Amino acid sequence: MSFRVVHYINQFFAQIGGEEKADYAPEYREGAVGPGLALNTAFKGEAEIVGTVICGDSYFNENLDAAKATVLKMISDAKPDVVICGPAFNAGRYGVACGTVAAAVKDELGLPVVTGMYEENPGADMFKNKVYIIATKNNAAGMRQAAPKMAALALKLAKGEKVGASAEEGYMPNGLRVNFFEAERGSTRAVKMLLNKLAGKPYTTEFPMPSFDRVAPGPAITDLAHTTIALVTSGGIVPKGNPDHIESSSASKFGRYDISSFEDLTAADHETAHGGYDPVYANEDADRVLPVDVLRKMEKEGKIGGIYPYFFTTVGNGTAVASAKKYGEAIGKELRDAGIKAAILTST
Amino acid sequence: MVKEIERAGVTVVHMCTVTPISMTVGANRIVPTIAIPHPLGNPALTHEEEFELRYKLVEKALKAFQTPVDDQTIFD
Repeated sequence: MSFRVVHYINQFFAQIGGEEKADYAPEYREGAVGPGLALNTAFKGEAEIVGTVICGDSYFNENLDAAKATVLKMISDAKPDVVICGPAFNAGRYGVACGTVAAAVKDELGLPVVTGMYEENPGADMFKNKVYIIATKNNAAGMRQAAPKMAALALKLAKGEKVGASAEEGYMPNGLRVNFFEAERGSTRAVKMLLNKLAGKPYTTEFPMPSFDRVAPGPAITDLAHTTIALVTSGGIVPKGNPDHIESSSASKFGRYDISSFEDLTAADHETAHGGYDPVYANEDADRVLPVDVLRKMEKEGKIGGIYPYFFTTVGNGTAVASAKKYGEAIGKELRDAGIKAAILTST
Repeated sequence: MVKEIERAGVTVVHMCTVTPISMTVGANRIVPTIAIPHPLGNPALTHEEEFELRYKLVEKALKAFQTPVDDQTIFD
């Protein structure tokens, strides 16, 4: 007797169409569709996709509650033992849909569920602590690696077997720590690692550090008196009322606001949206985070050529490195295109 | 963000309080600031004294702009 699996995919993988079909409403089809065939093969007879739920990525993301409810009902009606969503690779809306469906299947249907996507998919940060997300490559060429891992984890869950560490099973670290006893004591492992390192032999770190690449320093400014300086901040300074609703944590965007008419920022016109530090001081006087008043004085004194008419702002609190990188790229592009050579970035 | 903006060809000075983070992440010109909730201010001072303080900090940033650097440098 093999386990019943329901598979959730989008309009593209169902071969219905691309972006022009992203508004496809949820549809249920018997059996496996598209990548479901690869999953069925990987199950080796222990499980079988009895039905596939297909939904357009835009439809899902624009009708979150309604779509989720419809999809959930389709899944539940098929009476699966385990559910698989995606994999979404780097498709953002698809990843968000997979994560949302997976979380709902887990929370509302109480069923085991697995999904998969690329590490930088926005759905990953949103859901990796809620559901198992197998880490995949960033495009569909990674299906061959992803399918067996997703199938294997799905089978484990269906059988009620103990799930191993993220590094073993291939899912994204989800913040859960399980204590266990290593076979060798720490001092032995550390010395072995060091000996390998000294001998130039390969070794595996027990704690990988995120990699931070380096950028060559920009050239020194030779004529500051005639140089316009741009202001950027991660301290969340925004016009009063935070008109674009920049989030207090994990900002999903950056703002670009006109300061050309401001000599000084005050509580009447600016505030901070940042939720990661006590906002009192910045709310009283936003110059404490974005030094407009001082720069205006320096402009009058002829020490600098001027201030770029727009300042850029986001909230650095919990914002993903990948997101910050995107904002930085966009801001950098505008400044470069505008011929700006210097920028002050303030952080809290 | 500092690095991406610098990568675009803009010389950036990072004014921040927790400089070890800035160092780890790789900013090239760093000016240490006063405190997390008020990097360029100090509510214990009068408004005029605060302005002076802020002015001096931004002056350090201007100095940093004008200084060629080969490696990460903190302008104290």
